Order: sequence, then structure tokens, then C-alpha cells
Amino acid sequence: MNIDIIGKRYIFFIVSLAIILPGLILGVVMAVNGELPLAIDFTGGTLIEIKLSNGQEPQPADIVLLYKEIGIDDVKVQTTSQGTFVSRSSLLAEDVPGKIIEEMKKKFDADVTILRIESVGPTVGREVTQRAALAVGVAAFVVVLYITFAFRGIPNAFRYGICAIIAMFHDVLVVISITAIGSYIWGWQIDALFLTALLTVIGFSVQDKIVVFDRIRENSSIYRRLPYETLVNHSIVQTLQRSINTQLMTVEFMLLALALFGGVTLQPFSWTMLIGLFCGTYSSIFIAATLLVIWENHEWQNWFRRKESPATV
Amino acid sequence: MRSDYKYLIPIIIAVVIAIWIIWPNNPGINIAGFQKEIETRLGLDLVGGVQALLEADLPENTAIEPEAMRTATRIVENRVNGLGVTEAVVQQAGDRRIVVELPGETDPESALATLKQTGLLEFVDFSGLSPQEVYSLTNQEIQTDFGQDNNLVPSVETPADIGVGSEIDLSSLSNRVYHTVMTGADLKSVQVVTSQTGEYQVAFELTPNGSNIFRDFTSQNVGESLAIILDNKVISAPVINEPITDGRGVITGNFDYDTSNALAIQLRYGSLPIPLKIVETRTVGPTLGQDSLQKSLIAGVVGFTIVILFMGLYYRLPGLVADVAIILYAIFAFALFRFIPITLTLPGVAGFLLSTGAALDANILIFERFKEELRSGKPIQQSLLLGWKRAWPSIRDSNIATLITCAILFWFGSTFGATIVKGFSLTLALGVIVSLFTALVITRALLNLAINTFKPKNFVKWYGI
Repeated sequence: MNIDIIGKRYIFFIVSLAIILPGLILGVVMAVNGELPLAIDFTGGTLIEIKLSNGQEPQPADIVLLYKEIGIDDVKVQTTSQGTFVSRSSLLAEDVPGKIIEEMKKKFDADVTILRIESVGPTVGREVTQRAALAVGVAAFVVVLYITFAFRGIPNAFRYGICAIIAMFHDVLVVISITAIGSYIWGWQIDALFLTALLTVIGFSVQDKIVVFDRIRENSSIYRRLPYETLVNHSIVQTLQRSINTQLMTVEFMLLALALFGGVTLQPFSWTMLIGLFCGTYSSIFIAATLLVIWENHEWQNWFRRKESPATV
Repeated sequence: MRSDYKYLIPIIIAVVIAIWIIWPNNPGINIAGFQKEIETRLGLDLVGGVQALLEADLPENTAIEPEAMRTATRIVENRVNGLGVTEAVVQQAGDRRIVVELPGETDPESALATLKQTGLLEFVDFSGLSPQEVYSLTNQEIQTDFGQDNNLVPSVETPADIGVGSEIDLSSLSNRVYHTVMTGADLKSVQVVTSQTGEYQVAFELTPNGSNIFRDFTSQNVGESLAIILDNKVISAPVINEPITDGRGVITGNFDYDTSNALAIQLRYGSLPIPLKIVETRTVGPTLGQDSLQKSLIAGVVGFTIVILFMGLYYRLPGLVADVAIILYAIFAFALFRFIPITLTLPGVAGFLLSTGAALDANILIFERFKEELRSGKPIQQSLLLGWKRAWPSIRDSNIATLITCAILFWFGSTFGATIVKGFSLTLALGVIVSLFTALVITRALLNLAINTFKPKNFVKWYGI
């Protein structure tokens, strides 16, 4: 196989930007307007999901009214595709959800099945966010150290760690961007499961990069005379089959099955992982490896010069 | 030829053990006093139940004594055990939080009320005990008949005569069941007061109901001791000096300000060394749990089938061997989850499915190298050996990186009490480790065996080159 991937490196950067930027801008706009669907995991509050049967079919507005009668006026009610009602409000005292459900039974003359009740205090939410950021930071740092150690035999081992981490942040940005779009269109909630998905993407993203880098490591001791650019391209092509088979055929099939059959709770989680892990494979080939070449050539010195720069698109 | 079988026997033994562990209704292990139950533990999100996060109700920057937090956790655990929920979990999370999980609990309100209660305060009849006996029981744990079934008759036998100066048999005293006169629920208010002579006293006021009980009891038992029991521990046993008829009384003793205040606080708030508040609760109804379990199982079966078909079709003989290995992998991993045991949550199941991908990745890496070597014209045996040797560094490094992330996720989940994150990282990490084992030992042994047995000549047909 003779595919020139490295030569087209700037095209891939543009593709990535085209995916990241719109979602990121959308996310920022939503955040500024306070419309970001942060779950109570982060903001604190109470969520009640119920299913009504054998009675009236209330509209969400009826439930909002019922909350108001009890004295809670900041509730938001959604209906799901499963015919359940999800009400989110500020944090309620422990006995209030029980009262609300009793009221519902009376008012709508229906059997109420409680699917879930969740209450999270505001301080907990703030702490999750901080801890998650810390977890990502620590993970990134330890992984850079490990890669530097594992690649100590070849020149500039440190670069491999840094490039893997940059590509990892690229994956994180793609996931955030897609989630912002998903929450805008389908009302996905940004919750603790989203965090789990994100952290997993980070884990597997690095795994992918190491497989590609490992081939570069091996080849650089075999083909000492080869220009670095050719060497990297050759390594990518060699690992391409494995990347496609592992990622697309096995992991993605599993996640696709989870996303399609895994129930509502897991749906946003599975889609986020599916996109994130796909992106992890993409970036290990088109971002991480190409960054190595850019670093080797010190290409940024040419970025702002005109005409004579041959590398830019 | 013989070396092909070398690994086969231990593998078969391991498989048999694993299958025995995952066999439904496994009776558990009971050998020479070593007992272990074997069961699949499903998390709250799959069976339904209540999860609560308790936090020390102190300003955020106060340092909290680790010992006090451990005591608080133990007391909460005692209360939870009183709820009668099987497999309830009480764990300290970080240095100021306690996670409580009650699988199968459907009444969140009463469960939370139990957690929030200020400790079970009982006034217990110590009549008939000598002062030495009362003294020796102070700060000991005793049993009372409060909340007991009626068929459990409280022991009414009079204490054995104990001569003055003889050893007091503490164990026989603390093994008895004492009668609870009333509980702290009848206590209306408690405060520290000073007497006219300047001594510290603890004054209390009772509810009308409590006043009646107290009037009857104290008038019949003047001169006897009435013990104050908190979460089954005797904290004080004052002597009844005179009948208390109006529901107001004082506890006197050798109190200074601190000791009287401590007693008053215990009476008021219960025995927790640190005040706790509930900062997070999650209740999952049983229907949602069942639904999630069913759907994720279907998803798992569908995903698994597709992957197995793909491997067989694409990699042919090695693919089929990998399929056997991956099924064994699933059996081993599941057996481990049951044996340790690890509570399976929804993200945990997802982590398990993902680690299947990781397990196949190791196989795929090896097979791709194997095919490369074959294409370059090397003989099968040598290609196989080289495939393994060359794929190993990337398998090792990439999996170590995943394990690092798992460790950090686990730390994140356990300090914060996010059990879903913890469950996910644990199943993923275990999956990765088991997958390395199956790829490196089982696939290798089986593939060697298969190639030597069939001696395939047609590479295109057998290896899909």
C-alpha cells in the first residue's frame, strides 16, 4: 500500500477544526445564555422521572402547575420518547418528592410509577467539576511521563508524549463539540455519565496513539536512513489495517449495539463514546503522527512566511 | 508437538473453574471454615434502590479527624443494618463523605429518615443491678428489646448473686437483653443548667406521652438505675432519686461544663461524632433498573455476535481461535466479577463490553503482524513467533496507558463517592488485565495447536491474506 497521509496533513487539521469549532461556538453561546443543559450532577437540584398509567394524560404544563401549587416555581418538565415525564427543579427537601407524587396520583387520577428520583446538593456538583478537571489533568500528565519513559530509546521521546496529549485534547474537544450539538438538537444532558464517557475516550485515545507510535519506534531503528516524514507515513500505513479493524469493526460495533439497543439511559453515553473513540483513531493517525512531523521539521517557522513555504495547502 | 499441549491442561482447568463460578445458583465455597458466597451483584441502577451521599455538616475548610469520620461511618452502618436491606453498602468516600447504597429499597423517604435520625436514644431499665454492675456496663454495648419481635422474650432472670468485691462477669451482663422504657422520640428538649450550688446539670423535658411513661416507671423504681443508651451503647446510668411526675427532670452527676454539655448534645443530636447532612440522593425505581438491565444485555449479545462473525470472516483460522479466546475471556471476566465480587452497574457493563474490544485489539495486533511476516515469505512457525514478539511492545504500552487512566478514574470515583465511575473503571481495568491474559496465553496456545493439527497449506483460504 502506498498512501500519502503525511503530505496532506494540513487538510486533516482543517477537517478537525471544521468539526470542533461549530460545536464549541454553539456550546459557548449556550453557556453564555445559561442554556447549557448541565444535569443536576453539576448544578445541584432535584430530578423526578415518573410514568403515569390508567389515568389522565397530563401535559408538561399541568405538572409545572402542580409544582407551583406546592410552592416550587423553578421546575422544567420534559416528556421522553418512552412516554415518561422528567421534572427538574431546584433542590427539594427529602419529603417533598413524596408529596409531589401523592399530589400527582390525586390530581391526574393515575397510577404513578417512580422511575428515578435524584437530589444533588450544589456543593457536590461544584466539586465534581473540579475533581473531573483534576482527574483529566493528572491522567494527561502521568501518560506523558509514561510515554516519555516507554519511548526513551529513540530521539526526542518527550515529543511523543506531548503529541499524544495534544491529540487527546483534540478528541476531548470533538466530544465536547458533538455533545453541545447533541444537547442543542436532542436535549442531551451533560451529566456524570458524560464525564465517564469523556474520561474513557481519554484512556482509549492514548492507547491508540501508542500503537501508531510504537510502529514509528520500531521502524526508526530499522530504517535509519529514511527521512522522518517517510518513516512516519510508512508506519501509519502499516498500522492502518489494525486501526480500522480494532476500532471500527470491534469497539464501534459494540458501542453501536449499546447505542441502538442499550436503553435510553445509555444512549447519549454510547453515542458520545462512539464518536469519541472513532475520533481517537482518527487523531492518532491524522493528528498525533502528523504533529510529530511538524515538530521534526519545525514547520511553524514557515507558517507566516508567504509563497516560499511549500508545506502549506 | 508436545509443547502445544503444555498450556492446554491449565487452560482447561481454569475454564472449568470459571464455568463452575458462573453456574447459576452456585452454592458458594465452604471448605474447612472458609466460606464465600458466589453471586452476581447488580448495582442500584440495575435492580433499583436508594443511594445517598452524606457529608460532614461542618464548614468546608475545617479539618476533620479521620478517626471521627470512621466512627461516624460505623454508626451509619449500624443504622443501615437496622433497615434490613441485604447487600447494603456503607463506605467512606474521601475524607468528609459517606456513601450509602441500599439496593432494592423502594421507600426512599423512610430510608433517608433512618439515615438522618440523630441516633437511637433509649431509656433502659437497669433495675436490679448493683452500682458496681451499672458502673461496669457504662460505655459498653448492650442489647435492648426495643423493636424486637415479640417472640424474642427479654430475659427477665434476676442477675446472679455477686458477692461484694468479687469479679463482675461483664460478658454475662452485656449478653442480656434489657427492657427499653422509652426512646429519645419522647424527649422534647434538653439543656445544660447550673444548680443553686453551682453544679452543672442536664435538664430535660418530655412529651406528654413520655411524661406518663416516665411517671409510672420512676415512681415504681426509686433508687434503681435508669440507663441512657445511644445506638446500643450505655452513655450514662443515673439513679432515680425521686419520681418524676411532671415530665421535667434533671440528670445530676459529677459534671463539669464539658461533660454535661457533651451529654446534652448526645441526647439532642445522637451519637455521631460529626454532624452529617444528606447532600445527594438517587432513587432508581425497579422498573427502570430491569429495563436497563434487559436492554444492555440485548446490546451486549448483539455486539458480541457481530464482532465474533467479523473476526471469523476476516481472519479465518486465527480469527476463529480468537473467537474461542474472546468467549473464554467473557467467561473468565464474568467469573472474576462474581468471585471478587464486583457490583455491576450500567456503566460497568459498558466498561466490560469495551474491554472486549481491547481484548480483541491485542489479537488483531498480533494477527496483523503475523500476516505481514507471512507475506514477506517467512515460514508459518517463524511468522507466528515474530508476530507475537513484534506486537508485544505496543500491546504492553497501550494497555498500561489504559490501566493508568483506570486507576485515575477509580481514584476520582472513590474520593467523590461517584460509584458509577468507580464501577466503570474497575470493570474496565479487570477486563484489560484478563484480556491480556487471554490474548497472550490462550490465543497463542490454541493457535499453535490449530496450526500444527491442521497444517494448512492454502494461506489465502486459511489466513485471509
